[in-house]
Amino acid sequence: MTIMELREVWRVHGSGETAVQALRGVTLTVEEGELVAVMGPSGSGKSTLLNLAGGLDRPTRGEVVVDGTALGGCSRQALAALRRRRVGYVFQDLNLLASLTAAENVALPLELDGAGVRRARRLALAALAEVDLDGYGPRFPDELSGGQQQRVAIARALVGPRRLVLADEPTGALDSQTGEAVLRLLRSRVDAGAAGVLVTHEARHAAWADRVVFLRDGAVVDTSGPLDQPDALLAPPGRAR
Amino acid sequence: MSIKHGLLALLERGPMYGYQLRAAFEESTGGSWPLNIGQVYTTLSRLERDELVRPLPRSEEGQRPYQITDAGRADLASWFATPVSRGDRPRDELAIKLALALTTPGVDVGAVVQTQRSATMRTLQEYTRLKARADQPADLAWRLVLDAMLFQAEAEVRWLDHCEASLVRHGPQGPSRRRARLAGQPSTEVPTEVTT
Repeated sequence: MTIMELREVWRVHGSGETAVQALRGVTLTVEEGELVAVMGPSGSGKSTLLNLAGGLDRPTRGEVVVDGTALGGCSRQALAALRRRRVGYVFQDLNLLASLTAAENVALPLELDGAGVRRARRLALAALAEVDLDGYGPRFPDELSGGQQQRVAIARALVGPRRLVLADEPTGALDSQTGEAVLRLLRSRVDAGAAGVLVTHEARHAAWADRVVFLRDGAVVDTSGPLDQPDALLAPPGRAR
Repeated sequence: MSIKHGLLALLERGPMYGYQLRAAFEESTGGSWPLNIGQVYTTLSRLERDELVRPLPRSEEGQRPYQITDAGRADLASWFATPVSRGDRPRDELAIKLALALTTPGVDVGAVVQTQRSATMRTLQEYTRLKARADQPADLAWRLVLDAMLFQAEAEVRWLDHCEASLVRHGPQGPSRRRARLAGQPSTEVPTEVTT
């Protein structure tokens, strides 16, 4: 099942001679259970793509469909509701609220969406347990390590019924072991029935994805998918190449 | 890395015969370096000639185990103590290919870079998939071998990104012009097609 789809999406900032074509006719689908990485140099359109996929920005041309809803026809209110209910974000800066506990941070999007406090709290604790933070609900962000904070952010991104997670350099300031744990977690959450788009410039991180999309100057220039037979790589170098 | 030192390291654990050595070698390299039994016996006979191992009496099943000698231990210790020289490794075919692509008229260097990046990325994805599977602590040796392959593939992608950025900055014809000047040719024009 397709969770997110970009159809021939263009995004132009400004107009006339100073117009900047941030995205030029990008088509991309992300299925349930699929993690797609987007790689490219600065200015290639990665963040624009992510903003469009999450309904934070509207395309100049083309269509964005999330969970069966075409965003083009949505009012601002409807878009805001969609962002709260269907889409989760994990950013490099965690954006956890320092004055709220881990559980309150995770429950926040549900409460903003009108869920009762008790239901929101129950779902939040379940989401924290899923990211191996059982019992950490009452802690404040500054009582957690960087890796734990990022796991709280992932729990918040996927709390409740949301199935599309958009991650922008989610391992930013973390050391390599902790960063890997975050990606492992993202991977397992996607495998359990979500869909993910991961923007990164690190090949090591993109390698956790099922597909890697290469962006250059706002256009997809190549896509790398996995081989069918991973064990084939373990032949000796002389025979494999 | 030689099979010789691999076998010596395995025999340091205790006496083993050919098939055991082969199995242990493949296990410790995570299957990334399969040996045929002929290679094992050839290496063993060379080690025996050099007095680094000695054969023990045949077992009742007819297998002949080998034992490491003191000279073999000394050789092994010196191997562990000596860093692997980069110069001893095979030449980097990719770097040479890129250099030739840059200096060969009519080659789309950007396409060469992207084709390689996509292929290396795919390899990296597969290594990562294997790594996701191997998370038992008992697999530590195997995981570290896998990490070595991962880091090398990652380094290759980073180098390709660097090549691409340099191409954007300096243009694919830069080195050709310089080569032409160095060769004392007056023209800065670079032919776009190979003429024979």
